[in-house]
Amino acid sequence: MRTINKFVKVKTLAEAYELNQKRSNVVLGGFMWLKMGNQAIQTAIDLSGLGLDQIEENDEGFQIGSMCTLRDLERHEGLDEYFQGAVREAVHHIVGVQFRNGATVGGSVFGRYGFSDVLTCLMALDCQVELYQRGIVPLKEFAQMKHDNDILMRVLIKKDGRKISYQSQRHAKTDFPVIAVAVARKENQFFVSVGARPMKAGVIEKSGWLPASSRSDREIEALADWAKDQFIYGSNMRATSEYREHLAYVYIKRGVKEVLGNDH
Amino acid sequence: MRAVNQAVRKKDAMLLVTGQPVYTQDLAPKDCLIVKILRSPYAHALIKEINTEPATKLPGIECVLTYKDVPDQRFTLAGQTFPEPSPYDRLILDQRVRFVGDAVAIVAGENEQTVDKALKRIKVKYEVLEPLLDFRTARDHKVLIHPEANWKSLCDVGADNTRNLCASNEEKNGDVDEVLGSCEWVIEQTYHTKANQQTTMETFRSYTYRDQAGKLTCVTSTQIPFHVKRILSNALALPESEIRVVKPRIGGGFGAKQTAVTEMYPALVTQKTGKPALLVYSRRESLIASAPRHENEITVRIGADKNGIIRAIDMVTLSNTGAYGEHGPTTVGLSGHKSIPLYGKVEAFRFKYDVVYTNVMSSGAYRGYGATQGTFALESAVNELAEKMKLDPVRIREINMVKEGAVMPAYYGETLNSCALDRCMAKAKEMIGWQEKYPGIELNNGKVRSIGVAMAMQGSSIANVDTAAVFIKVNDQGHYDMKIGATDMGTGCDTILAQIAADCLNCSVEQISVSGVDTDVSPYDSGSYASSTTYLTGTAVVNTCETLVEMIRKKGADQMGCPIEDVEFDGDRVHRVSGNESITLRALANVQDQDADLSATESYCSPVSPPPFAVGMAEVEIDTETGAIDLIDYVAVLDCGTPINKSLVRVQAEGGIAQGIGMALYEDIVYSREGRNLSNSLMQYKIPTRLDVGRIRVDFASSYEPTGPFGAKSIGEVVINTPSPAIANAVYNGVHVHVRELPITAEKIYNGMKQHKNKSN
Amino acid sequence: MIIKLWINDQEITKEIDGDAILLDFLRDHDCYSVKRGCVTSNCGLCTVIIDDKPVLSCSTLVARADKKHIYTLEGLQEEAREFGECLADQGAEQCGFCSPGLVMTVLAMVKELKNPSDNEINEYLSGNLCRCSGYMGQLRGIKDYLQKKGGAGK
Repeated sequence: MRTINKFVKVKTLAEAYELNQKRSNVVLGGFMWLKMGNQAIQTAIDLSGLGLDQIEENDEGFQIGSMCTLRDLERHEGLDEYFQGAVREAVHHIVGVQFRNGATVGGSVFGRYGFSDVLTCLMALDCQVELYQRGIVPLKEFAQMKHDNDILMRVLIKKDGRKISYQSQRHAKTDFPVIAVAVARKENQFFVSVGARPMKAGVIEKSGWLPASSRSDREIEALADWAKDQFIYGSNMRATSEYREHLAYVYIKRGVKEVLGNDH
Repeated sequence: MRAVNQAVRKKDAMLLVTGQPVYTQDLAPKDCLIVKILRSPYAHALIKEINTEPATKLPGIECVLTYKDVPDQRFTLAGQTFPEPSPYDRLILDQRVRFVGDAVAIVAGENEQTVDKALKRIKVKYEVLEPLLDFRTARDHKVLIHPEANWKSLCDVGADNTRNLCASNEEKNGDVDEVLGSCEWVIEQTYHTKANQQTTMETFRSYTYRDQAGKLTCVTSTQIPFHVKRILSNALALPESEIRVVKPRIGGGFGAKQTAVTEMYPALVTQKTGKPALLVYSRRESLIASAPRHENEITVRIGADKNGIIRAIDMVTLSNTGAYGEHGPTTVGLSGHKSIPLYGKVEAFRFKYDVVYTNVMSSGAYRGYGATQGTFALESAVNELAEKMKLDPVRIREINMVKEGAVMPAYYGETLNSCALDRCMAKAKEMIGWQEKYPGIELNNGKVRSIGVAMAMQGSSIANVDTAAVFIKVNDQGHYDMKIGATDMGTGCDTILAQIAADCLNCSVEQISVSGVDTDVSPYDSGSYASSTTYLTGTAVVNTCETLVEMIRKKGADQMGCPIEDVEFDGDRVHRVSGNESITLRALANVQDQDADLSATESYCSPVSPPPFAVGMAEVEIDTETGAIDLIDYVAVLDCGTPINKSLVRVQAEGGIAQGIGMALYEDIVYSREGRNLSNSLMQYKIPTRLDVGRIRVDFASSYEPTGPFGAKSIGEVVINTPSPAIANAVYNGVHVHVRELPITAEKIYNGMKQHKNKSN
Repeated sequence: MIIKLWINDQEITKEIDGDAILLDFLRDHDCYSVKRGCVTSNCGLCTVIIDDKPVLSCSTLVARADKKHIYTLEGLQEEAREFGECLADQGAEQCGFCSPGLVMTVLAMVKELKNPSDNEINEYLSGNLCRCSGYMGQLRGIKDYLQKKGGAGK
């Protein structure tokens, strides 16, 4: 059973950072995952008084406070419009409205979970995280970093004109994904992220794929085949690695077609 | 009929929707000791040493109990009429643990935190034994699950603990091999159905205390209060007269609570300490140490003549009862008894089965109770036969289905008094548009849409075994108090039985007050299971009302000084046929004389178990590249005789179908190689959400069952049986893949399509 | 730590443990409508309303509800009856154990969504599990309720 000895709603990030240097102290996200754990937490650090629950949008991009909920993400009109509904698509399968009213963006991203829809989607965008100590780090890099005692403040997404497609397959509709695939395109640069393999999402990017002159189905298939080979897949109770690999291929192929849109 | 066949609102509805405290945990005294269970981390082990002292020493801990503290007499937790067919194979706590999650110790203390702490302080040394995890190898395996000398089987069910057999039998009629040998078409296939969780929203829970009379009282979320009384008596070695069981409102049953999963633990604590004790199973405990559906492997052989007439059925069922034998010997019977009789032209059948012990969680009773497993196997085999013969799967059923008036050798030789299976099929065909849609169409987005069919039957109570008694009393306001021992588990039986009484007594449903079950005051009822309540307890209601009306008439006649033949009772008053004189029921109820008490009790035990019938048709959409499957539409047409409550019967059907859909598509209890249950939360054991069930459309084609109350049969169980085979059939009709092992996942469909491709290349 | 909050408009100031869970706190304060159906945030039985939003009380620390107004079914009896009657007329409450969570989420939904379609209703309520009803009767009841309230389901 998880226990919390002390609950501190911090007044500053500095206070949060300082508290978080102790191993037995933990920053609270939405508490959805943490509560299921078994650890004895000395001090639970609550960031909810720091104004990190806002999504700000300007010409350059979106700054998403780590205490924003997944529901905030899902309902943000700017995000929805700019990324053609992909962010909403990535989030709205997650359990239910009440869950998404609690689960935070910071918790999802900081946790770097293997099943994460959110991470898979963000990885295909030009996305960075703002950490209290280390500063701004590309998400791709952050995803590979070891869990440390820094504090995640914001998730930053650039508006760089990307088109993005998000797809996932599940047994029951609100279950964890069997596979999650995001494909993004910036002119002739492609980004493919595959999550729930069941390992955490990774992303590959490549420029110069599929010039306008060669976008036949066959070339897209060859590309998807190559892209799916860049990831490794595993088995768990939801699916085997072989099946996941096949699904990755199918959804990458479809994602590429989708982001090509009329250019296909 | 005024109340029967209407959509009457449930008597408890407004209490429930406004969130009143009416469930077990809500009612428990706040000073209850909190009870928790220490569980085995091993699938098979012997406890060598157990040191409870560090736990007992904690302030706030009342007691820590181990196998040394329990009576050494074995019993079963199965809620069945004595003598139970389920073997007496368990103790409250045993030195041998038989699955990961089996109980090792009971801790009771003043609050949850302290009890959790104490659980961690109990030191156990195990001798880890080889686990037996594959049920296919269990029979005569060198690893024995129940080697103990005091294991016993009360009934002749072919059980043998020295062979890991919980039951074994063979039944036949005619020479199945000979008939199969003369058939033009023969199909032989093996099907595998998995263990499924009933997943009641209210997990298992009970609390116990000593009442004012000193009785050990158990308030519990159960379907079987009277059986619980006997089970506790067996478990605690306490006379039944010193035990009382009370059932408040309960948060779902579906068969789960036909096994006394939790009652014995707090009861033992109260017995030892004299203090009230409460045990609420966590969802995890409810998923790893409960009583799910028996996993079955069923091999079916069917033979048909050149016209498609099914002449012989041979079924062999292997059932996995897990660590203990609850409901093992009986569920397996239904896999044959409630599938084979669907086919009315069968000249010979054989039905053979083994039920084996293994080191996984014990199985139990789940809606459908074996019929569900058998129906998946037989209906799938019939669909494979139809395919082989190039017959429409609806057509093969139309020419073979059992008809009203038939004698059914595979169904205990009963005669079918009521059956509208043919009308069910015709209506379902029309509702889903079978003629236009069969087998399916390719859509232009890489998907196919296809449809499939299955039919099913069940029973209505266990013939010559289940018993229900009802007590009705006129109170001095002229209203009625009705006491029943049947347990409303949300299904609405309190209301349904009141509707029946209202029509018999010519009054409104509001005039009938119905009490929950308290074994000290309620009349005996074997319990709400085996699709028995409406049919069986309903008949007892009719009988009781008849007796009561006679008493009312007699008393009225006596008061008016005329013979009973000269009076009628219209619900309000007894009046003379030959004159204008009359007397109100209220006045009669207040007449003080030597037979002042206007009350009657009657019971019923049915010599037959009339089957309700179902036809289910599924429409699915399959992505041909991934195998991903979406259920679009599910049509079911049911024959439950007269529907007593129109809205409740519909919701029973919709709910049972939704459970069947979960079973068909993803519900599965998965174990690790070491026997650890991985499906241990609602995050890992997924039940359908409202986004998963597509559209469920239910209609009725009612027959009239002459032995049932107002022509009623049962509804509760039959509804869960068609989704698995109908969806499997729809998958075949769309992508030509037979999925013979549940659940029907996208990966299995994809693998099937890939095999086709490889073959054709 | 000491917190102050309002349960159904009733102010409560209390010393609590840092790991106290709102669900247990509410039941300890006689809000027995709040049920626990899982521990993994999947079932929706423990739904309460905080700041007009449906929230899982099983996943909420009491410490985090400090200075907040919390509503349970005990505080919304009139609304519960109004919607509950629609549910009851379908027989869709069945065992009733999931009803309080469902009612709370529906009451939040009617404030958040205007004229929701069937699909929008099902999406909004997908975090409310029910094992009895098969959901069809619930949907019929919800649509009746919306119609009665004048914001008919499309």
